[in-house]
Amino acid sequence: MKSPAQEMETEMMEAELFVNRTGIMTNPELSAELIRGAKQTPPSPPKNGKQLLLSKAEYLKEGLPIGSPPIIIVDQTVGKEELAADADRMSVLLDKLGERLAFERQGTRLYECFLQKLEQMPSAEVGPAVEDIRHIYEEELEHFRLLQTAISEIGGDATVQTPSADVAGVLSYGILQIVSDPRTTIPQSLQALLNAELADNDGWQMLIELASTLGHSTLVKQCENAFKEEQEHLENVRGWLTDMTLSSALGEDAVLESDDEPKPKKRAVMRSKRVSKGRSSSKKKTKKRRK
Amino acid sequence: MALDLMKEKGIPLEKQKFDWRDMVRVPTSKLDDDAFTRVRIILMNGIESEVVRFQHACARMNKDLQLALARVRRIEQHQQTMVNWLLPADLSPLETTIGFEQVAIEVTASVAQHEPDPYLAQVYRFGLLEDFDHMYRFSALMDRVTGSDANNILQSYTDILPGRPTALEHRAPEDDLRECYDRKKAQPISKLNAGTIMAGENQTHDYYMTIGPMFADPIARQLYAEIASIEEQHVTQYESIIDPEETWLEKWLMHEATEIYNYYSCLTYETNPRLKSIWQRFADYELGHLHYVLDLFHKFEKRDYAELIPDSLPEPIEYRSHREFVRKVLREEVSFRAQGKQISKKPETPVSRGYREQMNSEGSPSESISAGYRWKPGTELAEETPDIKKLEKRVA
Repeated sequence: MKSPAQEMETEMMEAELFVNRTGIMTNPELSAELIRGAKQTPPSPPKNGKQLLLSKAEYLKEGLPIGSPPIIIVDQTVGKEELAADADRMSVLLDKLGERLAFERQGTRLYECFLQKLEQMPSAEVGPAVEDIRHIYEEELEHFRLLQTAISEIGGDATVQTPSADVAGVLSYGILQIVSDPRTTIPQSLQALLNAELADNDGWQMLIELASTLGHSTLVKQCENAFKEEQEHLENVRGWLTDMTLSSALGEDAVLESDDEPKPKKRAVMRSKRVSKGRSSSKKKTKKRRK
Repeated sequence: MALDLMKEKGIPLEKQKFDWRDMVRVPTSKLDDDAFTRVRIILMNGIESEVVRFQHACARMNKDLQLALARVRRIEQHQQTMVNWLLPADLSPLETTIGFEQVAIEVTASVAQHEPDPYLAQVYRFGLLEDFDHMYRFSALMDRVTGSDANNILQSYTDILPGRPTALEHRAPEDDLRECYDRKKAQPISKLNAGTIMAGENQTHDYYMTIGPMFADPIARQLYAEIASIEEQHVTQYESIIDPEETWLEKWLMHEATEIYNYYSCLTYETNPRLKSIWQRFADYELGHLHYVLDLFHKFEKRDYAELIPDSLPEPIEYRSHREFVRKVLREEVSFRAQGKQISKKPETPVSRGYREQMNSEGSPSESISAGYRWKPGTELAEETPDIKKLEKRVA
């Protein structure tokens, strides 16, 4: 049995566990010594800085790429020059299709992971509902499969990890880390998803322009449909993050009052869009909202 | 291999030089280089890591050898850096893990088939099926958490199938130790094999221990905790097949011979010309180390090294797919278990069963991450396109 003094000591220790210690003002005396020492001590000779640029330049000169574009299958009836030109064009298209495919596939798993987190959280008045995220998850999966078919139909191998897909994978690594971390909050996960959606939207726009330039009209139409849905994802993720951030700063009631478009109306718009696409609406009319 | 270890002197120690630019080359390509190039880099990093580890342990127990060890170890350290830094930065920790398991499967399969001692060959096959299962579990993790296809790394050389279930691999220490070869009777290839596989497993264990905490996903963290524990069991197993009666200098000699054997194996199979020149250079360095150590052996042990070092190297490790062999072992031996130092179909000991029940008492991460997992081209989420269906008909 702990004495009152021991209990107070335990409470204080527990309170100290959740203090951000990264700033210079956390330990003023230690920090003063740190600053004084840095100012008084001569740094490493500045002339060695040029070596850094020279060293990097040497590696760049070697010119070895991250990887080669995917293998292209071209029509054997066309002439050699046209084959070569066509191969280059197709190579760029397949590289970018591969990038989009990898992004959508990872995006599917990202939203799946986020859904698992959302389902465990207590309800809140602002932010996404489980059904909203499930909807995005399903669309990401559709986009992935659309791209899989598109690549296959133009003669590519949809399982190839293209150079752009590889780059996108490296860029996305941090996003996955944030969403899959059980310590990150819903708004923090939304921040990561916002990064993903911003990149995704630009990626689809690029693909539309590329497919259009190369004369793939069917692909353009498919990409435009997907892009419309991605724009919706971006708008929603941005909206949820904004609402939750403001709610956190100002309190939930203040956010609901100050919003030009009240939350229920926004949700009605989303529901009607889903219904018009023939999707089943949620069984629950009152949506669960998450902190 | 025709290399005469006594005749070929390689490059003497004092001429083995590096600078930082030389040591840090432009890395290989994750997308373009053959998977076996990556396998060789990973294995050779493991071989060098083992050598550095051994030479430190040796130095702690042999004051007279400390300077000689420090000199050789300095070179080994820089060789290790040069080799390991050939892995590119876009190879994620999980992708590297897939590469590690491919090393374990394909190299152990080659070793198991060329091991003349039937008991040791059985030990390798036993470990093989466990690493094979790790590949399946990590592939499921990669698919279900990151949405990536492990076959982008494996390049179709290695199957992604359940092996001996990881959840059933947890054994009490007494069931991980094996009989060792007799240092006076074992064939040189048996000693080279043991040194090679032990190095690979030790490196794998250390790698999983390093990267495990880098994953944010708690199931990923649990899976690495579970499989790292098995890899430690594997290190226990493989180091126990090496005769502990070998003297320190004898072991040092065998380490250098193992390095030469492995660099020549790499040289035999390497397809990337940049790496071929590195394997050749380091094979020559290791020959230099071997002769340096032979001089020490003469001085301190005053006995004939001929009993230890073969006239010529055995056939190289085969860097190719061993699919058919692995599937055969899987069919015939997946139910094998360890009972003390023996491996057979007999039931396990109560002490291992009890240990495993305790470890799995709150569930098994390897089982939960891969529940119902079957690898598909382009991941579980992919639909079967006509070109994939056509591909399947080629083997139907």
